[in-house]
Amino acid sequence: MKLDKIDLDNLQEEKSSLITGLERRTFLKMGLVISGVFAGGRILAVVSNVSEAFASTTDFVKKYPYKPHYSMVVRQGLCIDCERCMKACKETNEVPDYGYRTRIMKKVVTDAVGRQREFIPILCNHCNEPPCCRGCPTKATYKDKKNGIVMMDSKKCIGCKMCILACPYDARYFNEERHAIDKCNFCYDTRLSKGEKLTACANACPTGARMFGDISDPDNVVFKMVHQIEKQVWVLRPEAGSKPNVFYMKATRSSPWDLRRQADVR
Amino acid sequence: MIRIKEETADRWGYLGKKELLSSKPVLAVMVVMSMVAVAAFTVGLDGTFTGYRHVYAVTRQIPWGLLISGYIFCVVTSTGLCLVSSIGHVFGYEPYMPIAKRAVFLSIAFMLGGFSIIFFDVENPFRMPIYNVLSPNLTSNMWWMGTLYGLYLLALGIEYYFLLEQNHGMSRFSGLLGVLFGVAAHSNLGAVFGMLHGREFWYGPYMPIYFIVSAMMSGGAAIIFFTCIAAMINPDILNRRMERAIKAVCQLTIMLIAIIMFFTVWKIISGLVAPEKYIAIKAFITGPYALTFWIAEIGLGMVLPFILLIRSKGVHYKHMFVASAMMMIGIFFMRYNLVLAGQIVPVYHGLHVEEYSSLLKYFPSFHEIAVVVGGVFLAGILFLVGEKILNGHQFQKHEIVPPGAFICPGCGGIHYRKEGETDEEALQRHHRIRKFKG
Ligand code: SF4
Ligand code: SF4
Repeated sequence: MKLDKIDLDNLQEEKSSLITGLERRTFLKMGLVISGVFAGGRILAVVSNVSEAFASTTDFVKKYPYKPHYSMVVRQGLCIDCERCMKACKETNEVPDYGYRTRIMKKVVTDAVGRQREFIPILCNHCNEPPCCRGCPTKATYKDKKNGIVMMDSKKCIGCKMCILACPYDARYFNEERHAIDKCNFCYDTRLSKGEKLTACANACPTGARMFGDISDPDNVVFKMVHQIEKQVWVLRPEAGSKPNVFYMKATRSSPWDLRRQADVR
Repeated sequence: MIRIKEETADRWGYLGKKELLSSKPVLAVMVVMSMVAVAAFTVGLDGTFTGYRHVYAVTRQIPWGLLISGYIFCVVTSTGLCLVSSIGHVFGYEPYMPIAKRAVFLSIAFMLGGFSIIFFDVENPFRMPIYNVLSPNLTSNMWWMGTLYGLYLLALGIEYYFLLEQNHGMSRFSGLLGVLFGVAAHSNLGAVFGMLHGREFWYGPYMPIYFIVSAMMSGGAAIIFFTCIAAMINPDILNRRMERAIKAVCQLTIMLIAIIMFFTVWKIISGLVAPEKYIAIKAFITGPYALTFWIAEIGLGMVLPFILLIRSKGVHYKHMFVASAMMMIGIFFMRYNLVLAGQIVPVYHGLHVEEYSSLLKYFPSFHEIAVVVGGVFLAGILFLVGEKILNGHQFQKHEIVPPGAFICPGCGGIHYRKEGETDEEALQRHHRIRKFKG
C-alpha cells in the first residue's frame, strides 16, 4: 500500500481495527513526521482522551471508580533498558527465573531521524474491564473492590490458563511454586499494603520512566501527567477494550516534572 | 463388579464378560490398546508430578496446545454423535433410529476420553470441582463449559440407561435434555474462544456457530467410522434398517462437509482483509502450517472424504470407511490448527517490537502426545467393550413379544398396539410421526 492511499484529511479516527497492518505501519511512520510521536497504540492527544482510554462509559471521566485508583504512567522515552525494575520486581515478589511480571521491550526504527531505538516497559495494565477476570471460572483472579488492583487468590486457581489467553497484554504466567497464575499486583501484598507509596519497579527506576500513583487524586503526579493538555497519552492495544490503567507517554529531559526518579513520598 | 439380573441383562442385550473374551483378534486389539492407554496415562501422571513446564511444550505465549486440541476433538465428536443420532430417536426421524444406541454410548465414551485429557491439561485438576462450585464465575465461558459438559454427560448417562431399558418416552425426554445441554455446552466451547477480544483470530460470533456445525460433521463421520468397525466385529448389525440409517447419515455428512467448506472459504477470505488475522491466516495458507492445513484439514478432513462419500452413494462400505477414517484424522488437525491459529500471532505484534515480531512456534512434546493418545484410546477401548458385551448395541435379538405388541422396525423397541391399530399406525403413534391424511 502506498502512502498516497491514505486520505489524511478524511481519516476520521485512528481506530486501529479499521486500519490494515500495512496502513497502520505507514501511518505510524507518518505520525513521526507530523507530530514527532511513535505509538503502538492509539494516540490519545489531550485530557478529554482519558475518557477514550476508558472508552464508552462517560462516568469514568468525572469520577475514577476506585479510591485510590492506582495507575502507572510509563514515560517511554526515558526508559534506558537498565532492567532495574525487573530485578526489583523479581526480588520483591519472588518471581522465578522462568517468569516475569514486567519486562522491557525493544523497538528499533531504522528510518527514524536521530535516536532510532526505544524501550517500552510492559506490565499488567490492571484493566478497568479485565478480560482475565471475566474469563476465570473460579474468580481466582479478581478486581479488588477498593483499589481496582487485579489480584490473584492462588488457592482457587485451577490452572486452566484461560486468563493467560484472555489477557491482551501477555501479563500472566503459571507459577509452579505457587501452583497458580502469577502476575503483577502493583506490589500490593509486598509494598502497598505495608504503607509504601510506590511499586518496587517505580521505586527502582532511575530515570522516572515509571511513575506510579493515584489517578483519582488531582494532586498526584500521575493525575497531572495524564491530564496535561499539551501531552499525548495513550494506552496499549485499545482495540481490546480492556480499558487499561497503565498509560504511556513520550517524555524527554525537558518535560515538566523533571523528576528523574520518583520520590517515595508525595 | 455390578451383577445384573438375567431378566435385566436380557432386556439390555447385555452379554456379560464371557462375550468379551470370545473373539481373539478383538481381545488382542483391546489388550494392546489398554496397555498403550495405561502407559500413556502413566506418562501423563509423570507430567503432573514433574510439573507441566518441564514436560509440556506449551509456553507463556502459547498456553494451549495439543491437549486442548485433543480435548476439543473428543468433545466435538461426542456432541456430534449425540446431535446426529438425536435426529432419529429424539426428533423422531425414523431412518436415523437404529444408530441411536451405539451413538449415545460412543458419545459417553468420547466425553470420558475428553475429560481424561483435560484432567492432564489443567494444572490443579483437584481444585476444579471444588471451586467450580464454591466460587463460580457466571461471566466465565470456562465455568459454563465445565458445568454444561457435566450436565451433558449426566443427561447422556440417563438417556443411555433409558435406551437400555427400552423406555422410549424417558429416553426421548432425557435425549432432548442431552441435545439441549450438548448444544449449549458446545456452542459455549466455541464462545470460550470467540469471546476472547484480545485474540483477533478467534474473536466474533463465528466460533460458536462453527463449533456446532463442525461437531455435526464430525458426528456423522464418527457414526460411519464406528459402525463400519462394528460391522467388522459383528456383521450381524448391518441389517436393512441399519443400512438405511448409514445411508442417511452419509448423505447428511456430505452436506455438512459442504457447509464447513463454505465456512472455511469465508474464514480465509474475510481473514485476508483483517489486519491481525491476516498474519495467522497467511501462516496457514503459505506459512509453517500450510502442510497441516492443506493436506490434513482440507485434504483429509474435507475434500477427499467429500468425493469418496459421494462416490460411495451410501452403500459402498469400503469407500465410506476410508472416507470417515480420513475425516477423523482431518478433523483432529482441524482442531489443532484452530487452537494454534489464535495464539501464534504475539499479542504485541502491532507494536512492532523486536521481542514480538515473529510468529510463535509450538510443537507438541512426547508427554502431550502420549496423553492425547491415551484419551482417544480410552474412548476406543470403551467402544470395543461396548460392542462385545452389549451385543453390538442391537436391541434384543430373540425378543419374546408380548401379546398385542410388536418389535418396532424403526427403533427396535417393543410397541403396543391399540385396539384396531395396524403395526404401521402404532409405529407412527409411538414415534409421533404424523402423515397427511390424503
Ligand atoms: S493486563 Fe491482562 S492480566 Fe492485567 S488486568 Fe488486564 S487482562 Fe488482566
Ligand atoms: S488459570 Fe487460574 S486464574 Fe487463570 S483463569 Fe484459570 S483458574 Fe482463573
